[in-house]
Amino acid sequence: MRWRRLAVNVVAGVSALVIALAISSIALLLIGHDPITAYREVFNYGNHPGQIISVINAAVPLYIAALAVAIGFKMGLFNIGVEGQYALAALFAATAGAHVHLPWGPLQILFILLVAMGTGAVWAGVAGVLKVTRGVHEVISTIMLNTIAVGISAYLFLEHFAQPTSATNLTTQTPFLPKNAAMPALVHSSAKIPEPLTSMVFIAAILGVLFYVVVWKTKFGYNLRASGTNFEAARVSGIDPRAMVVKTMLLSGAIAGLVGMTQILSFSHAYTLDFQVGLGFTGIAVALVGRNNPIGAAVAALLFGYLQVSAQILDFNGIPKEVYLIMEGVIILSVVVAYELARRSLERSEVRRAAEATRRLAEASEPLAKVEA
Amino acid sequence: MAEVTTQAPAVELRGITKRFPGVVANDDINIEVRAGEIHAIVGENGAGKSTLMRTLYGMHRPDEGTISVNGNEMHFRSPKDAIAAGIGMVHQHFMLADNLTVAENVILGSEPHHGPLLDYQAARDRISELSKTYGMALHPDRLVEELSVGERQRAEIIKVLYRGARILILDEPTAVLVPQEVDELFRNLRELKREGVTVIFISHKLDEVLAIADRITVIRAGKTVKTVDPGDVTARQLAELMVGSDLPTPETRTSTVTDEVELAVNDVSLRGLGDRWILQDISFDIHRGEIVGIAGVEGNGQGELVQVIMGLRTADGGSVSLGGRDVTKASTNNRREAGVGYIPEDRHEMGLLLSAPLWENAMLGHLDKEPFSHGVWIDKAGARARTEEMIKEFRVAAPSADVSAVALSGGNQQKFIVAREMTAKPNLLIASQPTRGVDVGAQASVWEAIRVARGAGMALLLVSADLEELIGLSDTLYVIYSGRLVAKLDPSKVTPEELGSYMTGARQAGGDGAAAAPGEGTDDAAAADGAAPEAGDAPPVDAGLEDEIPPGEAPL
Repeated sequence: MRWRRLAVNVVAGVSALVIALAISSIALLLIGHDPITAYREVFNYGNHPGQIISVINAAVPLYIAALAVAIGFKMGLFNIGVEGQYALAALFAATAGAHVHLPWGPLQILFILLVAMGTGAVWAGVAGVLKVTRGVHEVISTIMLNTIAVGISAYLFLEHFAQPTSATNLTTQTPFLPKNAAMPALVHSSAKIPEPLTSMVFIAAILGVLFYVVVWKTKFGYNLRASGTNFEAARVSGIDPRAMVVKTMLLSGAIAGLVGMTQILSFSHAYTLDFQVGLGFTGIAVALVGRNNPIGAAVAALLFGYLQVSAQILDFNGIPKEVYLIMEGVIILSVVVAYELARRSLERSEVRRAAEATRRLAEASEPLAKVEA
Repeated sequence: MAEVTTQAPAVELRGITKRFPGVVANDDINIEVRAGEIHAIVGENGAGKSTLMRTLYGMHRPDEGTISVNGNEMHFRSPKDAIAAGIGMVHQHFMLADNLTVAENVILGSEPHHGPLLDYQAARDRISELSKTYGMALHPDRLVEELSVGERQRAEIIKVLYRGARILILDEPTAVLVPQEVDELFRNLRELKREGVTVIFISHKLDEVLAIADRITVIRAGKTVKTVDPGDVTARQLAELMVGSDLPTPETRTSTVTDEVELAVNDVSLRGLGDRWILQDISFDIHRGEIVGIAGVEGNGQGELVQVIMGLRTADGGSVSLGGRDVTKASTNNRREAGVGYIPEDRHEMGLLLSAPLWENAMLGHLDKEPFSHGVWIDKAGARARTEEMIKEFRVAAPSADVSAVALSGGNQQKFIVAREMTAKPNLLIASQPTRGVDVGAQASVWEAIRVARGAGMALLLVSADLEELIGLSDTLYVIYSGRLVAKLDPSKVTPEELGSYMTGARQAGGDGAAAAPGEGTDDAAAADGAAPEAGDAPPVDAGLEDEIPPGEAPL
């Protein structure tokens, strides 16, 4: 059953991709470009070893954002606020890390990560508390909190946290982190490799494993999934849904806080004016395509990272690189449709097997009268 | 008109076969429904009645066989075609919009109009005409939310007639009605018959079928067993045709009631919106080894009473104690741990994680117990093993512990929930509608499980709409009406009809000595509470009962 389930889902995912490619080809043809050439360019460019590292670097924050979203989804909570949570978290973590100097590198990094997680958790927790005390739907509150987070972080960054620009440093940024806070690169950049490979990939992998263990192996995870599958049944069974909402939002926010850490710890070593935005929203798509599953999300994050990185080449060939946005959208839609079809097909086969079991039991059973006695 | 025998049959089903993946739902079904008769189709749940009716109503096409209406062979592609052919269906679950009036509901989808404007007056006139012709009193301007269940059903029937139906399919129409409402429905059906309407009546309540039908077709395991005249068979014979063996009954007679009070409910009150009381001064005890039944028309507070006992809602007054321990303020989880089992009234809404495998469903509500978890970890192997045991012991038809709950039939889902709650060996088991919508076989095994639990000293609270089940299983029976316990009755002396009259508020305890069990120390304070002094003024049992339910009291 398990293998069958996996096989059906993989077939669904792959056929969704094929359909997405077909639809994107139509889009390319409509704007007057040969899709085959475009795909070949993208493929060749993206498979370059240097580009593969860029793909992984791009995939890591997307993956973490996807996990943050997925843990909410697992209990039926739609945390749209990953965007605001990681923006605030990155700002606070970068600022705290620049001002607090700890003697040992790993300790310094851990401190920065903890500040980021704490900030994200608090910001998401606001939505959780609003939901259980005031009944505010988390979609509404997290959207609002995103806007507020943008405002607050812009204000704090520009008015308080950024260091004054000088003749030698014209970038508006928080002070640089101490040297020992730089995450070591796994592969260093060179002539052929434009970017070093971030060791945040380890943190992401650990998060993925923890996600799996917590969600599928612990009582907490069971309660979370039960609440997400059937809130009312969970409540009747004794699970306190209010506590679960708050805990899950805290957890989701804590993971979200780590989204910006790849850039802060591996690349910019400070919160800068051009800090990357939009990862929280793309993370929702990655979680969706990855079926809220740590392995699925990894595949999806790499796919989205690949699209993002390899789309750069399109511009050189006179094809607007925004085509990749169309592809992303089409992939999301076709994947959602394909998974729903897969779910129905699996359900049908289960119903069929259960019906057979019923028939077997009925054939083997003795007359009902026996039960009465 | 009903007597014309040379006329072509209203509906003729020949060799209808309908297969679904892995199952043959209908297997060569042959039924002839004469014009102007009330034709009952009986069978266990899952026998294929609903599938057959969906075929006739154009909701899906048969794989084999033909449908003829008034002698003409038909090929329905959708319910629209069936409606055009004069077939109408009243579903078991009403499809009415609560916030609209009767007239608005009736015309929904086929609105009369003057150009772009709705011709509301024409609609009202037509509805009044229909209610007069068929003797179904119902004011077109009343809001559906103010209607009793019986009246809602009438609105559904009028809706179907409004669309010109001359052949009416009623799917389990009595499932939601109290006995008096059933009588009213039957009066309406006879009226319809007199006006030449053909009625197809789906049911598994045999007494009712015998009372109303002109002919009865029995279906078992997707096949037509026989068509009989009601005069030629007894309920028992019909039941045997239906299940292919003997009919189980819910009887439990030798008392196992002990002196130990397991559940004590004292003066529990619950306030609704505004000043309305949903529950008022509810007091009763359940002893170990005792089954206490709560009878009542749905929406009179029994659901909320269960929620208060389960800790899902906080009472505004009074106390609840379990085995002598006050749990009034305890959480649901605490009460679960103290040994409360719960078979919820709606297994899909409250009882199961449908998309999750059975082994995960088995630990729902029992997560902290062996063998489901150790420390913070869940024990999948232990849960699977326990699930396999439950499947075997309670004869749940499931291929394995890994199958999703959604794949099981309703009866097997219910058996699984019963298995889960019983296996945990609770001190108190709350069973809400434990056999609703399950087939006779599952019903028998649920009853058996309840009997065994009672014998083992469990305290049971049984809330049910099935009066025979209540009377058959309960040691003590209370009637809840409008949030109060209005009568305490001896199940061995009360009839469903008497119970029904208490349930509709037409009769109150002490008002009519026949049913209230006097003496034997069973009649105590709880009954006295509801014993209204104006007993002599109690209205006659069968007249205008729906009107006795205050508007707005029914659904919450």
